[in-house]
This record gives sequence, structure tokens and C-alpha cells, in this order.
Amino acid sequence: MYRERDYDVIVIGAGHAGCEAALASSRMGLETCLFTINIDTIAQMSCNPAVGGLAKGHIVREIDALGGEMAKVTDRAGIQFRMLNMSKGPAVWSLRAQADRVLYRLAMRQSIESQKNLDIKQALAEKIEVGDGRVKGVLTSLSVFYGARAVIVTTGTFLKGLIHIGLENFSAGRAGEFPSIGLSDSLQNLGLQMGRLKTGTPPRLDAKTIDFSKTEPQYGDDPPQPFSHSTEEITNPQLPCFITYTNPETHSAILNNLDRSPLYSGKIKGIGARYCPSIEDKVVRFAERPRHQVFLEPEGLETQEYYANGIPTSLPYDVQVKFVRTIPGLEAVEIMRPGYAIEYDFVFPAQLQNTLETKDIDGLFLAGQINGTSGYEEAAAQGLMAGINAALKLQGKEPLILGRHEAYIGVLVDDLITKGTNEPYRMFTSRAEYRLLLRHDNADLRLMDRGHAIGLLDDEVYGKFLERKRLINEERERLGKTRVRYNDPSKTETLEQLLKRPELTYAFIDKVSPSHKNLAPVIKKQVEIQIKYDGYIVRQMEVAEKLKKIEGKVIPEDFNYTAVNGLSREVLGKLQEVRPANLGQASRIPGITPAALSLLMVAIERRKREGKDKRTS
Amino acid sequence: MIHSHDDTIAAISTPLGEGGIGIVRVSGRDSVQIAEKIFFSSRNKSLTEAAAYKVTHGFIVDPSTRRKIDEVLVMIMRAPHSYTRENVVEINCHGGMLPLRNTLELVLHHGARLAEPGEFTRRAFLNGRIDLSQAEAVLDLIRAKTDESRRIAVEQLQGGISEKITALRDRVTEICTHVEVCIDFPEDEIEIATKQDLMHSLNHILEDLKILEKTYDDARYFREGLSTAIAGRPNVGKSSLLNALLQKDRAIVTEIPGTTRDIIEEYLNIKGLPLRIMDTAGIRAVQDLAEQEGVRRSLKSIENADLVLAIFDESHPLTEEDFEVLEKVKDKNTIYILNKNDLPAAVAKEVFSSFIPHHSSLLKISATGGDGIDALKEQIVAASLKNWPEEREGVVISNLRHKIAIEHAHGALERATTALGEDQHLEIVALELRDGLDRLGEIVGAVTTEDILNRIFSNFCIGK
Repeated sequence: MYRERDYDVIVIGAGHAGCEAALASSRMGLETCLFTINIDTIAQMSCNPAVGGLAKGHIVREIDALGGEMAKVTDRAGIQFRMLNMSKGPAVWSLRAQADRVLYRLAMRQSIESQKNLDIKQALAEKIEVGDGRVKGVLTSLSVFYGARAVIVTTGTFLKGLIHIGLENFSAGRAGEFPSIGLSDSLQNLGLQMGRLKTGTPPRLDAKTIDFSKTEPQYGDDPPQPFSHSTEEITNPQLPCFITYTNPETHSAILNNLDRSPLYSGKIKGIGARYCPSIEDKVVRFAERPRHQVFLEPEGLETQEYYANGIPTSLPYDVQVKFVRTIPGLEAVEIMRPGYAIEYDFVFPAQLQNTLETKDIDGLFLAGQINGTSGYEEAAAQGLMAGINAALKLQGKEPLILGRHEAYIGVLVDDLITKGTNEPYRMFTSRAEYRLLLRHDNADLRLMDRGHAIGLLDDEVYGKFLERKRLINEERERLGKTRVRYNDPSKTETLEQLLKRPELTYAFIDKVSPSHKNLAPVIKKQVEIQIKYDGYIVRQMEVAEKLKKIEGKVIPEDFNYTAVNGLSREVLGKLQEVRPANLGQASRIPGITPAALSLLMVAIERRKREGKDKRTS
Repeated sequence: MIHSHDDTIAAISTPLGEGGIGIVRVSGRDSVQIAEKIFFSSRNKSLTEAAAYKVTHGFIVDPSTRRKIDEVLVMIMRAPHSYTRENVVEINCHGGMLPLRNTLELVLHHGARLAEPGEFTRRAFLNGRIDLSQAEAVLDLIRAKTDESRRIAVEQLQGGISEKITALRDRVTEICTHVEVCIDFPEDEIEIATKQDLMHSLNHILEDLKILEKTYDDARYFREGLSTAIAGRPNVGKSSLLNALLQKDRAIVTEIPGTTRDIIEEYLNIKGLPLRIMDTAGIRAVQDLAEQEGVRRSLKSIENADLVLAIFDESHPLTEEDFEVLEKVKDKNTIYILNKNDLPAAVAKEVFSSFIPHHSSLLKISATGGDGIDALKEQIVAASLKNWPEEREGVVISNLRHKIAIEHAHGALERATTALGEDQHLEIVALELRDGLDRLGEIVGAVTTEDILNRIFSNFCIGK
């Protein structure tokens, strides 16, 4: 064994989680090393070439507000931007971007390589060394040992990855890449409970062989709106996507070959996500549907490769060719890379604390797909939080925990550690109780103070934010004070009261009483949303405030649940498994009754007082 | 739902029963202010300034209707010198179960929350009022209460409330699913119900909730008796009617108008429905002071009655006083009775019908002969149970906590319907639907996001 130098933080895996984790910890001043099996595939978009969408777009904005990288990189690599749900109200507007896969990778690699305090190593981590319940370092497959005070594991689908195409299968981390076998065993040997999940991708097609005239183009917004507050404008040329549909002929080609599907023959044991079914699943489960949408998405500016979104499959290659060619526009298509399914190991996330550090091994953090999630955005968010909290821990500072009312990232982490998951977990806006507070437009107002306080958000971006915030508050104050006559000549109303009317927008203010400050459109929009939704926002804030008080009731880490009289065995089991950090989290564990919470509340208070008695006597 | 312990709670803290006096106890930061809003001191004293541990006499009055609920004695205990170490108000009611419940409802409407089982004691412990050895008793108490509520819950389950609410909650969840799928999957090709379909379903749910809400009043009739006033000008046969219903000579029956000077209250059981019948003095212009008082009280009891039996003499042409009676009862739940059908008729039924509200029941009887009394009893039951649900198998809300939850759910779903109708943003519709679900969840357990997502994934083909 060769002993290399020590680091503060080692991040294993350079996907979307790993990149954010490594950047966060190095930017916060810690000596960080990022391990990847292949430096050329840093920040690889292994699945669809897109970032954002419902709830995910919100997460990207939050990552940006905290000082993360994903938004900036997407803006640099984006080749189509669309704001979704524009007809449905500001809380559920969501930005989605198509990205050039190669540009994305290079942009992220550039950020990482130019980062101070951050080294990159092409290495295959074999084992995490632990002593006295604390992380000591990482041993690679070349028997090189790196010491570390904290290790963040972000291995995506690589842990014992197994790819299926038809009845063929082979070990791989992702198509064309090594799997990580030893590390999975190492985690298991550390006592972590692990399960197996499955995800899938569609075939990639050659544009030269697609007849686009038989499809409907779908263009992005003009001008494109960026994700990041640091981006001035989107400079890449913008490309459309194309929509086509499957038909009964496609469906019978699939149904006739189900016996050769690894999903239907029982070869695949891992659990797939119900929101992202394979085309064979869609055809079987929704037999009455005459067609399913297929989005042809460009993989980049310099390539002919197209991603056929909507038809992920693990059918054999010949069946893929056959059914794809029944689709209008794809009659003569050539498949460049076949679709495949991949099974991989994950760690049941209820074993984590709200910092994403494992409960039982000090200094070991997990983030991304290893925690049972799916999606680049969910992974990046966890990587960022793990990086931040590893750094804060090593600096001896308070952790950064986001509440469910503060950020989708807060909802994500809390769901994972409280409810666990059995299928790949994806964020939806319906998971958030405080949807009207967690808007796309106010991610900066929600989180930039916190991003700056931990030293991740730079002064320039933060300065601009403070200026925006000042202008918003001043304008709200002005609208609350300025009175005008409108419709009813007998009385005056404030501009704020008028703006609350459904038929009026800020354009009305611009007409009757414009601000002399030449406000930017984002500021006007923010003021309008805040005023129009004030009643609902206040309502949700009140509920959130109540929750906060219960969250303030901390349950000591070493709390002995068996000593609480009267808990049912089921409740006791759940509490011991999750070991909630506070009563609020305890109340969200499925199956925990109000009576159990009452007992818990009393027992905690009692222990607190007994402790006090001991100290004073 | 777990509550933090810095809000204000209230409950009836004496055993429920037929005892004359009961106490509504309010504890928490706002308890005095809440009591102040509904208490009117007989000496114009403010509770905020009242001395601790001193009794203040006055009335509980519903500020919105100015209706007097009960004559009460109120005692204030200020933090930390109280059982819970919080500000505590105890309202001693005197009027039996109904005023006690009404007082509690008023307190809840003005900002307090119904206390959980054992919560006063739990607060006493959490605020350091009772020591560790007593804490064991607290645990026992909470457990005991929980077992009790579990037992009640099981009973209610058997009674069908739970099934009913679960079914309603399922229907709301279904609507919620359609709204949520629309919000979260804008790029998927999915067929969801139209706005009209959703509003139609919501309106049905609202109707069902309203019916359930009303069963609380029906249940009240069973608990406390339906207050029934017999109204009519003097000597139309009010007391004879009462006697016919009671089948005994309780009221003095004479041929001299104005014989019944006071209100006679009788309890009567018709087909299992308890009636509290008030035979009232005849409504007429009188000189006699005692009689004047009788008339005044009659008018009052008609005003407060759940059901009015308005009686007229078929053998006499209608008088000025009869018309006055018609005027007084026209907005009440009223059964119109033409008495003395054994004598030659002087009022044609058809003519009389033109004076009474449309669709009102009209019956011909002979109070002295007993003719038509059975039909009247049927009619009384029907009129009392107007709001009774079709399927009678015990789907009755008798628990105040449930009633409040249903009211809140109704409010939220009504707002959801309005939002849909006005084409407000779907996220607002969803917010109100979730609120409604949470409220119903207070009765039968919460609907989680997982429930909604499960339905989305099983009903819609998602997966761009």
C-alpha cells in the first residue's frame, strides 16, 4: 500500500452530486480531492440531455442561490430554454433547458479544474477505511491510500451496476464504463443496509436518418431566460425538439416480444420508478392508449445524435430497431446507441442525518442516486448540501439544514431521511406542503442570505441580490402608501389594494403611477406576485411557523425510545429506525400517532429536567 | 397533527351529564382575551382587569347574534398561578348541557383550539407545575384517555362515520389527483377531467358535507330534545293539542280565552325522537299585565324553537290575531294545523293554503276528538329530521371536534370550488383541496402526498 497525502474531504464520484460536493467544500476553504473512474466523463448527463422541469427547475434555482454550480453550467451549455406551466400560476412555473451534453461536461470540468483547494484524481475507490466509528480515508484499486477527515460518496448507478439489453446483461457503471464492485461491499461491511434499484434509457438516434417533416417542432422561449443570477445572457444557438408518436403497430411490435424483455421475464430485480416507465410498461399497463408521445431531443450542437425521450426500453436490440421504425419520421432510422436498463445498489436513506452524514459512521456522507433518488437536479442538490455540511462540520460550525418551508432541497432531504424510499425518488411540486412559498421566482430571496453566510455565494452576486431586495421592498412600501382613485370616484385606494384585483397587473401601475426608479421587469414581477398572493403566502407562513416550533423540540441523539412507556411496538420500531432529530420530523414518520408524539414530548421534557437536576445537585 | 403548546386550548372540564353546573376551562396565552370577547359582565367589569381568583358574574353572549347563551360565573387565574401555569379562565355555566356546549363552541370560534385528551395536565407538567413523581400519573392519564378515544373511535367506526368520511376523503383525493397531475406533468399527454366535471364532483361533496354537518343538530335533538312551540291565538285548542299529544290532562283547558298564562314545558317521545314542547299563551292584544308577560314569552319561545306547530280554528273565520300568528311563524320550521275539524268548517282549506308558505305541510285535526293526531306525529318526525341523511345507519356527527373539522373542510372545499369556477391558478385550487383533505384527515387520518402520487402513477400514463 502506498500512502498518498491527506485531504480534509474526499468526494468519490464526479457526477452531478460529486461535482457540487467537491466545489462546495473546496470553495469553503477545505482541501478537497475528487475521485472519478474516468476524468473524461466528469458531469456526464447519462440520461436525457436536459436540466430542470417541474420542481427540478426550482431545485436548480435553489442550488444557484446557495452558491452551487449547476445553474451556471446549464446556462453555458443550454441549447433550448422553456418556462413550463406559464398558465398555472407563479408557484409552479418551472424552467427547463435542453443542454449540449459535451458542452455541459466541459463547462463543469473547467469550473472544477480551475478551483483552488481542489484536486482531481482518476481512481477507482475500493474501500472506505473507518476506525473508532470515524472515517479515516479511502483506499483505491491501485492500493493507494488517501487520508481524509470526511468522505462524500456520490457513486450514482455505479455500485454493482448491471446493464440489461434484452436477455443479455453485463456489469457496467453506465454504458461503456467500469462498475464499482468493491466499494459497494465496503459500504455493506460498514453496516449500511442496502437495496437495489433500476432505471432505464431510450435508444439514441442518428439525425441523418430521421424525417423531421413528419414530426412537430417544439421551440424554446425567445429570448431564453437563464437559470443563474450570475448569467447575463444565453449565448449558444438555440435548437428545437421534435414531437412524434407511437401507434398500434409500435405497440404490437413490443407486445409480441415481451418474452425477450428482462423486465417481464423477471431478470431485473431492482425496482424502477413509476413516473418513468419503460415503453414496454406503458404499452402493457395503459393498453387502451392508442399512442404515446416521443420527444426527439438534440444531444448537442456538434452532433447528429438525438435522444428519443419517452421510449426508454430494455428490449433486445432487434426489437428496438423494429418498434422504433414504426414511428412516423423514424421509418428509416438508424440507432446509434441502444436503450438499456441498469440495476444498481443504493443505501436506504433513513440511515442518514439531516446533514446527509450517516448516523453511525462519523464523517461519512452520502449524496445523489446512492441515496435512492433519480435526476441530475436531486443529485446535485444533495451533493451541494453534503459538501456544505462536511465543510461546516470540519470547521466546527453549525450545520446548514433547510426547512420544508424554505426550499425544495429541504423537502428532498427531509423526505429521504424520514420516509426513506423504495423506488427512485424524484421531486414533484406536490411533495411540498408550502408550494406557494417555494417559488421559482423567489429562490434568491429564500436562500441567498444563507449561501452568503456560509461563504459559498460570492460578494458580487450577493451585492446585486441585496440591491434587488431593497428595490422590491421600497416598491412594495410605495404601493402600500400611494393612493389613487379608480372606477369609484368617491374613494381612494392604495396601489397595493388595486394590484390585488385579479384583472390588474403591474402594467396598470406603470400606467397610473409608475415608479421613477426604472425598475427591472423581474422586480416588478416579484412585487406583483408578492402582493397578489399575499393572503395565501401569509396563510402558509402561519402553518410553517407552527411547524417550526415543533421542529425546535430536539430529540437527543442518544434518546432511549424503549424507556418511553406506552409506545406500540410498531411505533417504537419506526422511531428506532429513523431516530428523528426533533418532534417535527417524528410527526412526519408514516404511522406515528398523535398519542405517541404526546408520550414522546413528555418523556423528552422529563429527561431534560432530570439532566438539569443532576447538574444542579 | 401535533400541536405546539403555546396556543390556547379549551374544553368542558366537568363530566358530561345532566348536572346543572358545568365548567368550560380555557388555558393559554390568549385565554382572557378570548373570554372577554364573549363575556358581558353584569356590572360592566372587564375581565382583563378582574382580580385573580375572584368570581365575576355576567352573561355569555354570542357577539355576532347578540344572543344570550347562559348566565355564568367567571374566574380568572393568571400565569403562573394556575393549574397549567398559563392564563386560565373558568366559565361556570348554569343552564345544563346545551349552554355549556354553546359556550365552548363560542370560545373555539374566537381563537381557542379544542384540547386534546389530557392536554391540560400535560401542560401542567411541561410548564413545571407538577413534579416528576406526578409525571407517571400524566403518562397514565394520557394513555387512559387515548385508550378511551380509541374505544370511541372504534365505536364510531362501527357507526359508519369513519367509512363515510373516508369515502368523502377519497373523492376529494381523486379531484386533487387530477389537479396535481396537471401541475406536475405539463409535458405529458394526459386526459384529465374537465373543469365542469371537477366542479360537479366538488359540489356533490359539499352537499354531502353539509348534510353531515346538519346531522350534528339532529344528534343534538336526540341528546337534548327538539324544542317545539305550539303557537296560535287564544282558544284555538293549543292546550288540547298538547294533551292529545301527551294523552293526559296537563294543561288546563277551558273555554275562556287566555287560560294558559305561562309556558308549559313537557317532554314527549315520538317514535324515539324526544320533543320538548312549549305550550304557549295565546297571541293576542291584552290589558292584563300577567297576560302581557305570557304573550311576550310566547313570542320568544317561538323565536327560539326548532319546530313550531301553528294551530288555527277551522270552525271560525280567520281573525286579525290569526294573521299575526301566520306572520310570526312564516320563517320557522312550521307545521300548520287546522283544528276542530269535527265542527262545521268556516275556513276553506284551499283559502287557508294561500296564506301559508309554499310547500308547507297543512293538516286537519280534531285535538279533542283525536282525529289526525297520528298523522301529525308522523309529520313532526318528518319535519324534525328534514336534514337526516337518507341512510339512517348511524351516520350522525355527535362529536364537536368532528363537526368543527367538517365545517373547516367544507369551507376549504367551497373556496376550492370558487377558485376553480373563477379560473384562478390551479396551485390555489390545489392548496384549498389539500386544506380540505387535511381537515377531513383530522377525523380519519391524513392523506399523504404518497397517496396522491400513487393514484397519479396508477391512473395516468406519466413519463416523458
